[in-house]
Order: sequence, then structure tokens, then C-alpha cells
Amino acid sequence: MSVDPGADSTPSPVTPIRGDGPKVSGQNFGDRIYRWTITAFALCIPLLLLLIAVEIGSAGWPTFREHGISFLFLSTWDPNSGQYGVLPAIYGTLISSLLAILLATPLALGVAIFLSEFAPAWLRTPVAFLVDLLAAIPSVIYGLWGIFFLIPLLRDHVAPAIKSLPVIGALPIFAGPAYGNSLLAAVLILTIMILPYTSSVAREVLLAVPRSQREAALALGATRWETIRDAVVPYAKSGIVGGVILGLGRAIGETMAVTMLIGNVAQIKASLFAPAYTMAALIANEFSEASGPHLSALMAVGSALFLITIAVNGIARWLVWRVSREGAA
Amino acid sequence: MTSVPGSAPPTSPAGRHKPHATRSQRAAAERTMRTLRRRRLINRVMVGVMYLAALLAILPLILILFHLVREGASSLSLDFFIRMPAPVGEAGGGMANAIVGTLVLVGLASAIGLPVGIGAGLYLAEHRRSRLALVTRFLSDVLNGLPSIVMGIFAWQFLVRPMGGFSAYSAGVALGAMMIPLVTRSTEEMIRLVPVSLREAALALGFSRARTSLTIVLRTALPGIVTGSLVAVARIAGETAPLLFTAFGNQFWSIALDEPIDALPLRIFYYATSPYDDWRALAWAGALVLIGIVLVISIIARYATRARHGLGGD
Amino acid sequence: MALAETDRRLVRLTGRTASGPADPGKEETRVAVRGLNAFYGSTQVVRDVSVDFHAHEVTAVIGPSGCGKSTMLRCLNRMHETAPDTRVSGCVELDGRDIYGRDVSAISIRRHVGMVFQRPTPFPTMSIRDNVGAGLRVLPGGMPARGEVDVIVERALRSAALWDEVKDRLSDNATGLSGGQQQRLCIARALATSPRVLLLDEPTASLDPISTQAIEELVYELRREVTVVIVTHNMQQAARVSDRTAFMLSGELVEVAPSSVLFTNPGDARTEDYITGRFG
Repeated sequence: MSVDPGADSTPSPVTPIRGDGPKVSGQNFGDRIYRWTITAFALCIPLLLLLIAVEIGSAGWPTFREHGISFLFLSTWDPNSGQYGVLPAIYGTLISSLLAILLATPLALGVAIFLSEFAPAWLRTPVAFLVDLLAAIPSVIYGLWGIFFLIPLLRDHVAPAIKSLPVIGALPIFAGPAYGNSLLAAVLILTIMILPYTSSVAREVLLAVPRSQREAALALGATRWETIRDAVVPYAKSGIVGGVILGLGRAIGETMAVTMLIGNVAQIKASLFAPAYTMAALIANEFSEASGPHLSALMAVGSALFLITIAVNGIARWLVWRVSREGAA
Repeated sequence: MTSVPGSAPPTSPAGRHKPHATRSQRAAAERTMRTLRRRRLINRVMVGVMYLAALLAILPLILILFHLVREGASSLSLDFFIRMPAPVGEAGGGMANAIVGTLVLVGLASAIGLPVGIGAGLYLAEHRRSRLALVTRFLSDVLNGLPSIVMGIFAWQFLVRPMGGFSAYSAGVALGAMMIPLVTRSTEEMIRLVPVSLREAALALGFSRARTSLTIVLRTALPGIVTGSLVAVARIAGETAPLLFTAFGNQFWSIALDEPIDALPLRIFYYATSPYDDWRALAWAGALVLIGIVLVISIIARYATRARHGLGGD
Repeated sequence: MALAETDRRLVRLTGRTASGPADPGKEETRVAVRGLNAFYGSTQVVRDVSVDFHAHEVTAVIGPSGCGKSTMLRCLNRMHETAPDTRVSGCVELDGRDIYGRDVSAISIRRHVGMVFQRPTPFPTMSIRDNVGAGLRVLPGGMPARGEVDVIVERALRSAALWDEVKDRLSDNATGLSGGQQQRLCIARALATSPRVLLLDEPTASLDPISTQAIEELVYELRREVTVVIVTHNMQQAARVSDRTAFMLSGELVEVAPSSVLFTNPGDARTEDYITGRFG
């Protein structure tokens, strides 16, 4: 980070020995109002986050008090009989997000490398724009497209094709009937949705790799691919991991598209073709009809989601920040 | 971390040029050439793989846009924009109330998100290293990563529950809160692009700090801030999850702020998950309109960035 | 009323051919610096500097880079304190009044002591006219009326020798001007509020030779209207434009003397080493 003195107009911690002008002068009064105003706006952000934590946490508190942390590990979610085990939803959330990350990461890395290293100049801008556009598509439209295109495709073509394969078709992860609404559908849509986030972070950190790093490898006779594999990617590794985790955060919190595609059955099944549930989808589906302990349980799920995404985002930001700091040093 | 291509030692085929190369030297040179050829092949294959990855990434976008146009265009008519949703079984009908509702919600959200976001961005740019700035910058990233459904249940608990009913303004608060981190971040970045020398020039002319920030620095960064704000608007315009328990949706015409209000993404969601074919067709049309709005805003934002006149005199 | 004050000075501005240069026999001290120290964090960049700047003279400040000459300049209009973690001690008097005094606002000081920087800094969102008039908006009495502003803008642009080049495009954006024109625009902008002192911080460092010459000629002319302090690393420039020259080294003022004396017969061995190119 470059140090440019004038940009930071905080009053210096070491005040000038002589006073900073009259305390009642009109201009300084204006400055003070301005400083208070923008400080108040800046304070809005921590306060808002605190308010969210308090509101949701207190609403979910009865559930935590009654069941303790154990409700996170019970596997039966049945509001009618007062059983609020969130494990299936947690399982669905983690599995769908991790699988999506697994699929999206190589793809996103490929796109990022393509854009930062290989793409001819005339292709670079339009391709980057189109990939970024994926992030601009509303979640509900992904859901709609998933319902009418992805699900029929999976149900009528992909699933039968996989099931007809010898050995692979008999694997437990492809067991059971394929109705379409399934973990797999959610995973695929999530893959597409997080791709732009991961790839744009990866592209940023790749572009931040100093030229000298590339030139050193090229000068040693490495091919461009070897340069990228051995000099560029390792240098940017921690930033790329940050981008991946950022994508994970997106996937964990994604609501509408997943709600529309995952099937919404609170069960833990190994099969990708089986319907599942996620924490966000659970809230989206049941919140409007919930009351009493059911409502509190959903708020507790919301609190857990809140905490998980904060942790995940915190880690991601820290990793990206570490790379950008190293790059500047 | 200056790792060097270890798997492929950089060897020069110098052996060839020696007039009296021994047999073993020649064999070594041959081997070198073979690995070089193999390395070149791998290089070419990997370049191909990268192109494929880019293609694969864009494919869904093209498919989605294609399906949207194919399915949505047929249901799109003037009626769609000026008529209300029709009851089940009745043909026709439109989403006039949802379109207007979305505009109302975006307006409400902007009324909250823009001032707070721009103000906080100004603070972060001017007090770059203060403790509050470091905390706010990090928490703004956290807020940005918060699942939209969490924002929805927060607004319900904070506003809908105490007020005793769904309302447009509770949805506006949820969307506005989602806008804040986006606007904050882009405002900070744009203000940092304004050269320090410009700020100093204004101070040296006798401008107060407030006046320097507002009339010179903010004014210079304005095109970039407008772009950032448009991107934020485009993002929240398509949000559905925060509206489920706040705006709730409304079959009827309503723009009252303390009543449930309809919104395009909500209507698309309800219709897409309904069992009726004509509703599903309308969902496609609604999605086409929504993505049209979002893309037009995104493209305007992009164009505005590019058309931004230069910051410095150089 | 500050506006009346402005007008009084503008009369003198326009009547410059009549009044001519100030009486050379009388040395009126405009700015008196006494025991000035300036710090960035814990680093002291200006050490116990005492120097007088005379009215209607151009004083050049020379010295190797990092000698504190720019920081010293920035203490004369209280710009140094706008950077974070900075500190000033000592006394700077403008016409006998301590500008770091308890009841003096930095903003009012900056209206009386104009400054032009190394790189041209036209406000990119403003027209040429609005750039020159920018300082008038923040005068305590408020912006003068439109007609008055036009008069002031024209006078300032004439003083900066830019009027003939821009008079037909006053509404154009200022960023369309060349680098040299932009720098003269900044000088005009600083002159528009009729400052008592004009500080120039290496004003030609980013300019081509022809633009540099135009600025130098302008500086030479400006002494009739305003007290000029110019920081430069270019000794030839200092010799060409200034009446007196101050030499600074490692934050200290080594000597100050009439330029003709300093460059031909310096009183200090270190000055001689510097001007003969033995270091720096």
C-alpha cells in the first residue's frame, strides 16, 4: 500500500503544538459536523450487524436454551411432533456447498488463468464481462431455469445414462429413483452461481503476481503452462484459496435457487439423486407458517447460518488480505 | 516462493552445435528434444483446457439467456406491463403491480443504502487507518457475505413482528441493509482514486475539509460512485429471499408502504413453483423483464465507468 | 469586509504598470519565520529555521532533495498539518501576526497565502472559469456576484499570462489545457483571491522547457503584485527568477542572501559545495 499523506485527513494523533485554529469559527464548526456525520454513517455498519445478531439470536434463544447445542446434531426435523434436529439441513448445506466448490474451483481457476494469461486482448474484456454477468443474474431466475431446464435434463437424460453404466451406475451415490429435484440439481446450480465470485477473486490475485515472477520462470526455459503451474499459481495460492472460500460462503447462504431445486426433504442420503434440504431452504420454506418453538427453532437455524457465514467470510477475507499485503510489500 | 520448474530442468540443446559430439552426448540431446516436445505438447493441451474452461463458464449464461428469451418472449405483451395478475384458470393477466412494487422497493432501499453507504465510504477513505475504519471495513465485508435469507428473517423480527404485519418498508430496510456494504466499498475505492494533490489544492485555496471532501473530492469521484450504486441497485432488484417474510407479495394493486407489496422476483418465485402452466409461462415473462432490468442497469453502470472523464490533468 | 479588502488589492493588481516595482530601498518583511521545526511522526524534517521573506520579492529556496525545503514551504500556509501524524513548532508571522496563534484558523491563513504544487491540479469537474473562481466561493463574505467574478477571473488570468490563450473557451473543461497552461491556471486560481504571499512548490518540475520558461517569466513579473516564495531544485532557475535565495541542508537553513551574492560568493562552505555541484 502506498503512503500518501494528504488522503487521510484524520486529525493527527499528535496534535500540533499550537492550537488548530479557533474552536468557534464557522468553517471549523462545519468540519466538525461533517466529521460527526460520516463517523455516524460508518458506525451504522457495526451497529447494524450487532442489531442483526441480537434480533436473530434472541429469537432463537429459547431453542438453544431448551435443547442446547445438541439440536444441531439431531437428525429428525418434524415440527408436528416438536422435533427440531437440524443435522439433515446442516448436512445438505455443507455437502451441496462443498461439492459445488469442488466442481467450481477448477473451472473458475481455468477461467481466471485464461483471462489473466492466455486470452488474446480482444477476447479478454467480453469474456470477463460475460462471466461477471453470471453474478448479476438473480437467484430466482437460476431457480426458474433449473426447474424447467436442468431438472428435466437430469431426470430424463443424465440420470438414466449414469444408471445404465456398469459399476458406476450401481454406486450408492447414484442410488434410488431420480425425480429431478435433488442434491445434484442444487450442486450444479450452485456451481454456476459461485463460479463468477471465485474466478474474479482468482483473476485479481493472479494479476497481482509480479511480472518478475513470470519472467524468471520463462527465462529458465519453462513453457507458459509450466510458468503458471510452478511460478504464478503457487505465488497466488493463498489468495486463490480465499476466493474459493468466498465462493463457499456464497453457496452456504444461497437460498432461492436451492430451495427451488433441492427437493426439500430433511433426510441424509448418500445418493446425489435423492432430495435433500439446506438451512437456508428450511427457513425459506417453513418460516411463514411457523410459530412458537418452531419459529424459534428456525431463528436458531438462522443464527447458526449467520455464524457459519461470518466465520467462512472472515477466513476468506483474511487470506485475500494476506496476499494483497504480501504483494505490496 | 521462487519455485522453479523442477520437473523439467532447463537444458539447452547445446550438444548439437558441437562439431564432434560423442554418441552419448547426441543421445542426451535427443532425450532433451523429446522432453521438450512433450513439454510443448502439454503446454498446448493445457492452453486448450483453459479455453475450454472459459467456454464452459459462459455456456450456462448463454443457455439461460436463450431459454429466457424463448420461453418468456411469447408471454410478453403490453398486457403484461399494464394488467394485474389474473386468477387461476383465467387467461392473460400481467405483473403491473409487481413491476411497480419492485420500483418502490428499490427506491426505498436506495433511500437507506445510498446515504449510509456513501457516508461510510467517505469515512473509510478519509480515516483510512483509524480503528473504527478497520473494524467497519471488515464488518462491511461480513455484511456483504450475509445470506439474504438471514437479512429477511432479521427484518421480520425487527419490523414485521412488532408492527404486526408485512409491509413494503420492512422489505425496503432489508434490501437497503444489503446495499450498504456494496455502496460503501465502491465509494471508498472511487474516492481513493482521486489524487491527493487535488485535495491539497483545494485545502490550499482555503477550502475547509468538509467543503474539500464534498465539493471537490466527492464531486470528482461521483461518476464512479454512481456506477457502484447502479451495480448495487441491480443486485438488490433481483433479490427474493429478503422479501419472502417482509414484502410478502400482493395479488392486488398496492403501493402503500405499510401494506404488503408485490415484487417481480417474488411473483416469479410464486408462479415458477405453481402447478399451473399459464402461471409458469408468466414466470418466464417476468424473469425476462427482471433480467432485462438488471442487465440494462449493469450495462449502463459499465458504460458509465468507461465514459468517466479523467481524474487528473495528466 | 473581506470583499472590500479583495477589491482594494485587485486595484493594486491591475494598476501594476503604474505603481511599478516596490521601492528597492525599503525592505518590508511580509513573512517572518522564527525557530520553525516540523516533524513527520518522530522524524524531524525542518530544524530551527529562521528566515524573513520580503514583500515584493521573489525568494527561492534551494537544496538537495529531502532537505526539508518543501516541508518548510508547507508550514508557511499551514498545509503541513493536513497530513496525518505531523507536528509543527516555532513561529511564522504574516505581517506581524503569528499564523499558528491560538485564535487563528488555518483556513483563513490559506486564503492569504496561496500555493501552487509540483503537478498542475486543476479541478477536473470544473470549467476554466470555475477553476479560477474556485477560491472566491469560500471567501467569508460568500461568492461575489457574477459580474464581479468575471472581472476577477479576467484579472487573475491576465496576471498569470493565460488570458489571451483561454479567453474564448472559459467554459471548457480545464483538463483540456496543456500541462503548462494548467499550471498557469493554478497560479491564476491562487491569485484570484488576492493572496499576500504565493508559495510555489517546484512549479516547473513536471513541465517541458518552453512551459517552464513561460512560468519563470511569469514569476519574475509577479513580484510586483505578491510576495513569492519558490522552492526549486534547479539552481539556474533560482538564479534567474529570484531576488534572494535561501539554501537548506538536512532540515537546516544554511544561509540566505541576495541571489547574485549567494550564487557568486556564498558565505558558507556547504553552500559553495552545493552550487558548484560537489554534492546533491
